[in-house]
Amino acid sequence: MEWETVIGLEIHTQLATQSKIFSGASTAYGAEPNTQSCAVDLGLPGVLPVLNEEAVRMAVIFGMAIEAHIAPYSVFARKNYFYPDLPKGYQISQMDHPIVGQGHLDIEVEGVTKRIGITRAHLEEDAGKSLHESFHGLTGIDLNRAGTPLLEIVSEPDMRSAKEAVAYMRKLHELVRYLGICDGNMQEGSFRCDANVSVRPKGQQAFGTRAEIKNINSFKFVEKAINHEIERQIELIENGGKVVQETRLYDSVKDETRSMRSKEEANDYRYFPDPDLLPVLIDKAFKAQIKAHLPELPQAKKLRFKTDYLLDEESATILTTSRPLADYFEATLKASKSEPKLCANWITGDLSAALNKAGFEITDSPISYERLAGLLTRISDNTISGKIAKQVFEILWQSTATADEIIAEKGLKQITDTGAIEIIIDKIIADNQDQVEQYRSGKDKVFAFFVGQVMKEMKGKANPAEVNKLLKTKLQG
Amino acid sequence: MHTKSLTELAQGLRSGEFSSVELTQHFLKRIKQYHDLNTYITVTEEIALQNAIAADARLASGQGAALTGIPMAQKDIFCTLDIKTSCGSKMLDNFIAPYNATVVEKFNQAGAVLLGKLNMDEFAMGSSNETSYYGAVKNPWNINTVPGGSSGGSGAAVASRLASCATGTDTGGSIRQPAAHCGITGLKPTYGRVSRYGMIAYASSLDQGGPMARSAEDAAILLQTMAGFDPKDSTSVDLSVPNYSAGLNNSLAGLKIGLPKEFFSNDLNSDMAAKLETAINEYRKLGAEIIEISMPNLRLAIPAYYVIAPAECSANLSRFDGVRFGYRCKNPVDLTDLYTRSRGEGFGKEVKRRILMGTYALSTGYYDAYYVKAQKIRRLISDDFKNALTEVDVIMGPVTPTPAFGIGEKIADPIEMYLSDIYTIAINLAGLPALSIPAGFINDLPVGLQIIGNYFTEDRLLNIAHQYQQVTDWHQHTPKGFE
Repeated sequence: MEWETVIGLEIHTQLATQSKIFSGASTAYGAEPNTQSCAVDLGLPGVLPVLNEEAVRMAVIFGMAIEAHIAPYSVFARKNYFYPDLPKGYQISQMDHPIVGQGHLDIEVEGVTKRIGITRAHLEEDAGKSLHESFHGLTGIDLNRAGTPLLEIVSEPDMRSAKEAVAYMRKLHELVRYLGICDGNMQEGSFRCDANVSVRPKGQQAFGTRAEIKNINSFKFVEKAINHEIERQIELIENGGKVVQETRLYDSVKDETRSMRSKEEANDYRYFPDPDLLPVLIDKAFKAQIKAHLPELPQAKKLRFKTDYLLDEESATILTTSRPLADYFEATLKASKSEPKLCANWITGDLSAALNKAGFEITDSPISYERLAGLLTRISDNTISGKIAKQVFEILWQSTATADEIIAEKGLKQITDTGAIEIIIDKIIADNQDQVEQYRSGKDKVFAFFVGQVMKEMKGKANPAEVNKLLKTKLQG
Repeated sequence: MHTKSLTELAQGLRSGEFSSVELTQHFLKRIKQYHDLNTYITVTEEIALQNAIAADARLASGQGAALTGIPMAQKDIFCTLDIKTSCGSKMLDNFIAPYNATVVEKFNQAGAVLLGKLNMDEFAMGSSNETSYYGAVKNPWNINTVPGGSSGGSGAAVASRLASCATGTDTGGSIRQPAAHCGITGLKPTYGRVSRYGMIAYASSLDQGGPMARSAEDAAILLQTMAGFDPKDSTSVDLSVPNYSAGLNNSLAGLKIGLPKEFFSNDLNSDMAAKLETAINEYRKLGAEIIEISMPNLRLAIPAYYVIAPAECSANLSRFDGVRFGYRCKNPVDLTDLYTRSRGEGFGKEVKRRILMGTYALSTGYYDAYYVKAQKIRRLISDDFKNALTEVDVIMGPVTPTPAFGIGEKIADPIEMYLSDIYTIAINLAGLPALSIPAGFINDLPVGLQIIGNYFTEDRLLNIAHQYQQVTDWHQHTPKGFE
């Protein structure tokens, strides 16, 4: 039988606010345990939550970016369950009235564009962390993360393969970073994914029973976990078994999922509106103000790069995957007197390769956009050749000098003086009569030998176009 | 000294008749002397004297406020920095808050002297003060009767002059009912008028702190200190605070008083009805017009309240889990054991009953039938009040069905106990302000008159109460043996 996979993702995005969603404590990562949790985060008796407006603003920015309905009225609810790292015994979340309603995100898989529906996105607070290691059989509780704002983004069950799921996740990851609402750091848990996976016979309308795979925190693991789960479910059904609705945990070491709890064992969260918080009312003015400051989205930027700068699909895609990279490109272009294509090639080529090798992000680049622009200007005005430019680039990477300083100091200026080039050409022709004969008898390949000899003699500084032109004339005699 | 009003005490402090230290020592002595009433959970003698010394210095420099140097006490539901805040529970017997409730902070800034923390029903759940882990409080008017609850310690302490005044909190009648049983004046302000920050939550959408004092005049001074917007409490209302003392002497001519027929049905004890009638007659004499009104949904208040309040409490009390603070059971074997025994041993019977009721009401399959329905009833009750208050300025009625009942009389019958609040609960559901003032005695036990006003009309309520207290002296009676 042929099977079809149905996947929906729930992604927890940690919002990049300075302070927590309901308290003034810092959200910075990596502090000593329990040093960033105030009385409110600890759930001490008598304390009350106060909503961080910045978190609301970020949720609305996201909603606008996915063209979603922004709820004029949304409500915080208490999700009740006991766990040691959940200080109040309930999590403040949203249930019946989420802040962001139906929206969508377009993904591309193997050149085909597909629209993935987003059911909703709601605001909630994160829990703390239980630390099971190094407490001699006891559990340590770190509440630094408790109260960190999360935006839970729930997709429709619109994905049909692990590849689509990963493409959606990547697209979303790119978007939230673009919008500046999430740092996207997956190691630190800023972007976490739960996947709902089911299979059904191809052509069947009704969904199969789904399993939810919890907390898969890398793109690689999402793909592996989903593929593993698909195989498990198909094998189960084909052997006469039935998929049960349950929550499963992905074990990246063993590359398998295993059952955490069944539907029957699931908590009854007893949601009800939180009486400590008023409903969130979002008016037109608030939305208009956010809309006015909404950054250009990746899709729009890519299109603009293609039409305004005449970049090809590949370069435009690479340059717009992150906002800092796109900004770097545009800043470099503006500061240099070069063609967009040349600029794009250098950034996606040599610079990206060097950054990758060093493990740097564009924001860590040792070559500022001004210094790269200086290099590009000198390539464009023929001061140096592309080949020499690579040498200059190496020095730019290692020093703080400008391209002009490097060119001057190392004497790398390209020779365009035809007189100087002619003298060299004449000498080479005189010294290599055999090759001249070969060329003249129709062996065109020998031409490259002459170019090489001239360049070698001139230490690569001769203008290649000029060399070609003069050589041709002289060799033809 | 202990018989003086807050205004008289403030004058005495300024004229040099007595110092705050002397006044404080006097109250501390009385607290020791009448220890058997069990009004205080914690007496903060050292802090009180430090406060008094600071207050005397402040008064000497002419910087004093209305409450500077005046010894008062806080219900033990308000968190106090470095002082035990038990909320009347074994669960918090070891809890010392690292912060002050906003209300406490305001009293501190006013320079008031903190005598201690007052006894109360456990987590404010009770109408008799018998659910306290620290034992029942005795009513000074008759030590075999209850002072009411949950602010029973506050009611009894003010009535017996073990504090010049006190704070209370009111979720379903917990200020007004003990005020009525103890013969004092208690005001539950409009929901949102007084900050709830640092006030341990029972039912968040109903809880409201307020003053418990000997007279409306004193209550006005207290409310002046307590009221106001607090950015730490999202449900507090950002509205300017009027001068509550300024309008106390306004005339009541033309005041329209509504009497809901549902409050004066045959269910009301005839002695109680007679006392209320006498009180209302006084208002007639003061120029008020009496109008009979009807609020058909009032009868639904108790069932709606006993869904909403337990539902909220079931979540509010989840934080008491033995993990971070409060009571923890001995030698837990695992997490479930830690939770069940800490909560099972730390909470009293009534608290557990309400947590169970609330958990049930919020469960899948019951939520719509209980919680959602109760919220709809709440809306209907609010509408009843809103409609009534377009016809009349205030609504009057009983505070309690009977005067104070005997200790032990109702504690075994929760339904009977819950019905003690039948006249007060609807006001919390509507979020309206209401006060209780002494209006006579039945068998030497005080009777309260309830006055309910429109949102944020505490000034008018205090004015109406004060005018009554100018022509009657019920509020000046002192229980025998406590003169």
